[in-house]
Amino acid sequence: MKRFTAFIRKEFYHIFRDKRSLFILFGMPIAQIMLFGFAITNEINNVDIAILDYSKDATTKEIINKISASKYFSINQFLEHKTEIESEFKKGEIKAVLTFEKDFSKNLIKENHATIQIITDATDPNTANTISNFTNSILQKYQQELNKDIKISYQIVPQARMIYNAELKSVFMFVPGVMTIILMLVSAMMTSISITREKEMGTMEILLVSPLKPFQVIIGKVVPYIFLSIINAIVIIILSIFIFKMPVQGSLFLLGAESVLFIITSLSLGILISTMSATQQTAMMISLMGLMLPVIILSGFIFPISSMPTPLQVISNVIPAKWFIIILKAIMLKGVGITFIWKETLILIGMTIFFIGLSVKKYKIRLE
Amino acid sequence: MDTENVIIVEKLTKMFGDFTAVNAITFKVKKGEIFGFLGANGAGKTTAMKMLIGISNPTSGEANVAGFDVYTDPEDIKKNIGYMSQKFALYNDLTVKENITFFGGIYGLSRTKIKEKRKKLINDLGLQEVSNQLVGSLPLGWKQKISFSVSLLHEPKIVFLDEPTGGVDPITRRQFWEMIYQTANNGTTIFVTTHYMDEAEYCDRVSIMVDGKIEALDTPKNLKKQFNVESMNDVFLKLARE
Repeated sequence: MKRFTAFIRKEFYHIFRDKRSLFILFGMPIAQIMLFGFAITNEINNVDIAILDYSKDATTKEIINKISASKYFSINQFLEHKTEIESEFKKGEIKAVLTFEKDFSKNLIKENHATIQIITDATDPNTANTISNFTNSILQKYQQELNKDIKISYQIVPQARMIYNAELKSVFMFVPGVMTIILMLVSAMMTSISITREKEMGTMEILLVSPLKPFQVIIGKVVPYIFLSIINAIVIIILSIFIFKMPVQGSLFLLGAESVLFIITSLSLGILISTMSATQQTAMMISLMGLMLPVIILSGFIFPISSMPTPLQVISNVIPAKWFIIILKAIMLKGVGITFIWKETLILIGMTIFFIGLSVKKYKIRLE
Repeated sequence: MDTENVIIVEKLTKMFGDFTAVNAITFKVKKGEIFGFLGANGAGKTTAMKMLIGISNPTSGEANVAGFDVYTDPEDIKKNIGYMSQKFALYNDLTVKENITFFGGIYGLSRTKIKEKRKKLINDLGLQEVSNQLVGSLPLGWKQKISFSVSLLHEPKIVFLDEPTGGVDPITRRQFWEMIYQTANNGTTIFVTTHYMDEAEYCDRVSIMVDGKIEALDTPKNLKKQFNVESMNDVFLKLARE
């Protein structure tokens, strides 16, 4: 044990003296969470729109008031004619145009039917979609209010309610993903680099000739990163709770336990990478290309897995990050307990055992 | 095993697939001896040494190091030997003191023992001024001297040196060999590989490996007589040309 503590102390010297890795370790999580939280967002706020109102009656005025009162839209200008629409879009100042048909009020009362046309600038499809959704919901609300007074029976009004993330805050979607990426990166990349560094410098040989057992060397390399990753996980959770008001509905203990499990999964991947690569550069390339890209693209972090083609959906199953993101979202947003996520947990445990087994095997082959 | 010989090797062989890296080598090394292990690059020196220090399993043959069998007790061998490799063996981002403490620690020395050894080592090498500097900032010659001293911290019976003087100036090499002599005088066996033929002259006995086999093994004096040449360099050239 004394041998082991001497080894761990040495590892901490390495980490704290290398300013660059220190920066990656602690600067990156904060930078990433801020970036994803503030810069990358699907929410819309004060989007400029134009109104083309052919009727200009009481009803349209009321609807326009409702729209301009919402924080999502600000009315940039009123158009007079259809031909203006295209030129306004081309100027790029407005994102959408609402057109009220002629005799809007009259039609609504007499025929129970009136139309509004929503034209959106779909060069940015996400925003266009959101604008159209938000407008719809404003209109629907208004319709409901009308229907309260005028009693019309037999009308089906679909009422969509988003649950678990009612305000559709994108940060709630990103926090689990960012946390996954950072834990993966710190755990897998940093350990694989730190193990290959010993190989590259020739000190690994010295360690193997010492009475330290190979598994002690590996565990000694990994333990400091478990600590640092846990600190990172805590920092991310604190930041997301206090800055982005991310809820943690489920148990914090379960969240912590699952995070430690995922950290260990990533570390075992890091060890596996280090057995495959001889130099720090290779280890870094494998970690970045082999881990980061699939994590970002295939884990469901940014792109929903259900809308991928089948082969990619199948591949996504072997990515540990996918399961961890599911677990994180379930605990943080849905507040479920272990009974709902035992399957995902078991998959992560299985993967960890597989990675460790494979590395032990590879490690032995290398030593003959 | 007889008490005099600390390394006994019998027909030790290592194959990598079809390639025989070490071909049935046989030799003995006495306690306190400086044993030179020579050979051109790729002759199998490093492979042979790796088997002796317990990090590579032999394909066949017998080897006993410091009284322990390489097949059954590699862990006991590791406790009783020191090792310094051709690649530099200290951590550049640790200070001199931290390196000593670390290596003392992984060899299981007690804290007071480490303290005492560290003080002595720093005094002996005259490192008082730089003991808190990062090793990376020191000249290569110093590093190698420290590295050698560190490999002796746990008072091993045998110390294996894999091309210890590669890349250092002649004066430092001279000083390094003085350290080796001193260590051998204290009863520690030295097993050293080298490229420098003048260093071969300093050894008590020398073995020369060619293509995985030991082609010559004797004192430098006898070898020169046997091949009828003036220097070890010529002995080596003669053997390599055959």
